Amino acid sequence: MPRIRGQRHRLFAAAVTALTVMSLAACGARTGEEPASGSQAAEVDTSGDTIKVGLLNSLSGTMAISEVTVRDALLLAIEEINADGGVLGRQIEPISEDGASDWPTFAEKSEKLIQQDGVAAVFGCWTSASRKAVLPVFEQNGSLLFYPVQYEGLEQSPNIFYTGATTNQQIIPALDYLREEEDVESLYLVGSDYVFPRTANRIITAYAEEHGIEIVGEDYAPLGSTEFATIATKVEDSGADAVFNTLNGDSNVSFFREYAATGLTAETMPVLSVSIAEEEVAGIGAEYLAGQLTAWNYYQTTEGAANESFVQAFQDRYGEDRPTSDPMEAAYTSVYLWAAMVEEAGSFEVEDVRAAADGITFDAPEGTVTVDGDTQHLFKTSRIGRIGADGAITEVWSSGEPIRPDPYLETYPWAEGLS
Amino acid sequence: MTVYLSQSFTGISIGAVLLLIALGLSLTFGQMGVINMAHGEFIMAGAYTVYMLQGPISDAGVSLLLALPVAFLVAGAMGALLEWLLIRRLYARPLDTLLVTWGVSLMLQQLARDVFGAPNVHTSSPDWLSGRLTLIGGEDPLTLAYSRLFILGLAVAAVAALTLTLRRTPLGRRMRAVVQHRDLAEASGIATGRVDRLTFFLGSGLAGLAGVALTLVGPIGPTMGTNIIIDAFLVIVVGGIGRLRGAVVAAFALGVLQAVMEYSTTVSVARVTVLIAIVAFLQWRPQGIHTLRTRSLA
Repeated sequence: MPRIRGQRHRLFAAAVTALTVMSLAACGARTGEEPASGSQAAEVDTSGDTIKVGLLNSLSGTMAISEVTVRDALLLAIEEINADGGVLGRQIEPISEDGASDWPTFAEKSEKLIQQDGVAAVFGCWTSASRKAVLPVFEQNGSLLFYPVQYEGLEQSPNIFYTGATTNQQIIPALDYLREEEDVESLYLVGSDYVFPRTANRIITAYAEEHGIEIVGEDYAPLGSTEFATIATKVEDSGADAVFNTLNGDSNVSFFREYAATGLTAETMPVLSVSIAEEEVAGIGAEYLAGQLTAWNYYQTTEGAANESFVQAFQDRYGEDRPTSDPMEAAYTSVYLWAAMVEEAGSFEVEDVRAAADGITFDAPEGTVTVDGDTQHLFKTSRIGRIGADGAITEVWSSGEPIRPDPYLETYPWAEGLS
Repeated sequence: MTVYLSQSFTGISIGAVLLLIALGLSLTFGQMGVINMAHGEFIMAGAYTVYMLQGPISDAGVSLLLALPVAFLVAGAMGALLEWLLIRRLYARPLDTLLVTWGVSLMLQQLARDVFGAPNVHTSSPDWLSGRLTLIGGEDPLTLAYSRLFILGLAVAAVAALTLTLRRTPLGRRMRAVVQHRDLAEASGIATGRVDRLTFFLGSGLAGLAGVALTLVGPIGPTMGTNIIIDAFLVIVVGGIGRLRGAVVAAFALGVLQAVMEYSTTVSVARVTVLIAIVAFLQWRPQGIHTLRTRSLA
């Protein structure tokens, strides 16, 4: 008995030691920070022959899976622009930093890129948590971030250009599609337990109240959870017309396996997902997803010459088996948009670039996108896709024309009180 | 009413997964007192074994069944190697063991990332494991997924095999002798170092089996082991350290409680309920379900 006790004490001591080490490490990360330099324009280093830009993506850690693909797309765009003569006659020199899936690291690295390297703009970030972490750094230093991922809206920083979809370009069109095309009258909401799904589901619930859709259930699983037998049973028992899925990452694999095991199919109860793109389909297994719906602004199969050459160039550069996805396309587009803003402004200075932003267009792989100077978001076309048995996503519905970005949902009366 | 029956079965199948993971720990942590943070990576090794075998063997059923012994050997060999290289030098220093095996765990995760790539991979389940067995038909049916039945069967078989090994074989006898009194066992001519390595081999091999089972319910990725290892430690602590029977009862009890609570509330509430129940239970019985009166096994 004393032996066992002793072990427990030592185990406890070990746990305390581990926690202490971790908190010390966290403090170490903080001490590197400079005192806030106040709101001012960033000093862009224009001394050399090249112009430097920062790429800030997680190249290690849990988010590396997704963010490395974005970095690849960013590099491709930079190479193409350089081959075409660069920006204002200068070659773009990318400086890549690893955010390491750790939000304080993102803040630290963005500070380094702005203050030490004097980059003209930074491209990157994926999770909303990392964006929220770097936002004060960009605002204090007066620098620019181009953020390429769809997000939960309700944000508008003068120092960020949002090139992914906001909610009225993804979630609301998806609900319109379910209501109008699939005659959905009841919904079951399944999501991971963090800011994006919770915010998205608040918007969905408000929409449902307005349009007479019944929310028959709402469940959140911890990020990374792989036990979905019970949730699948609850979904089945609810008899909902459709499922709105905001699960992120690995959880999708287990969810769709359990969903299939209960005997549900895309015909009996379709699942519409907002976080499953081409890259994720391969990881989940196309056979579990066949027939299910997704909502994005871009698919690898999107028609148009711009997309054909984008997919061709990407696969020539990185390999035939590499899929292209919505966030990659938004990242690729963001570099071209920045270059066009700089050319328009005739200057690399942040204030000049921002002033030139309104109305800048680019013939992107998803179709023509236009910068809205007021919100610093893009006019984007919304697309609903169906996942095929081969893993490719094909468009079944599109908004037809680019939708004006409305990050605070001000044009939707039912959304009052959400922000 | 059948809802509670079907949820109980879901709970039992969750418990079966927990039990498979905890069985290996009950040997290395329970019997030998080694807190092996790399245990989860042996689970990962077992899961990647299925993935590797599905390359050359296209029949999902054959590769799954073949993966059972292969994963046991692969994970077992990794465990024995870890014991031989590092852990045997640290038996009197549990704190160092914890840190060293944690380091090994990180290295193995990075190795998996380099070899198999950072994205998760998945395996296809054999046809005979898809679909459900209908126990009660009609309006309010009670059905059981074949994949869950398979995992349950695997867990039962593993418990039976482990019990037999510990009770009936010369190896089991030697293992019990070493745990009960190391010096006396050594004086009686037992090569305790070799027995330690074999115990570690068995415990790690069982982690490999758990990895094979997990490919039927979830994704295969470099961090899959770390996500579930905490639950397995909970099972061991609730069951009573060093008690096989306790681990069985604890795994199924925790699984059923989680599943039933989750159905009537939410995942988070169910999780909180389970953890509170564990804390309350350990206040009442700090030694777990089965009290360790002697140092006997099983």
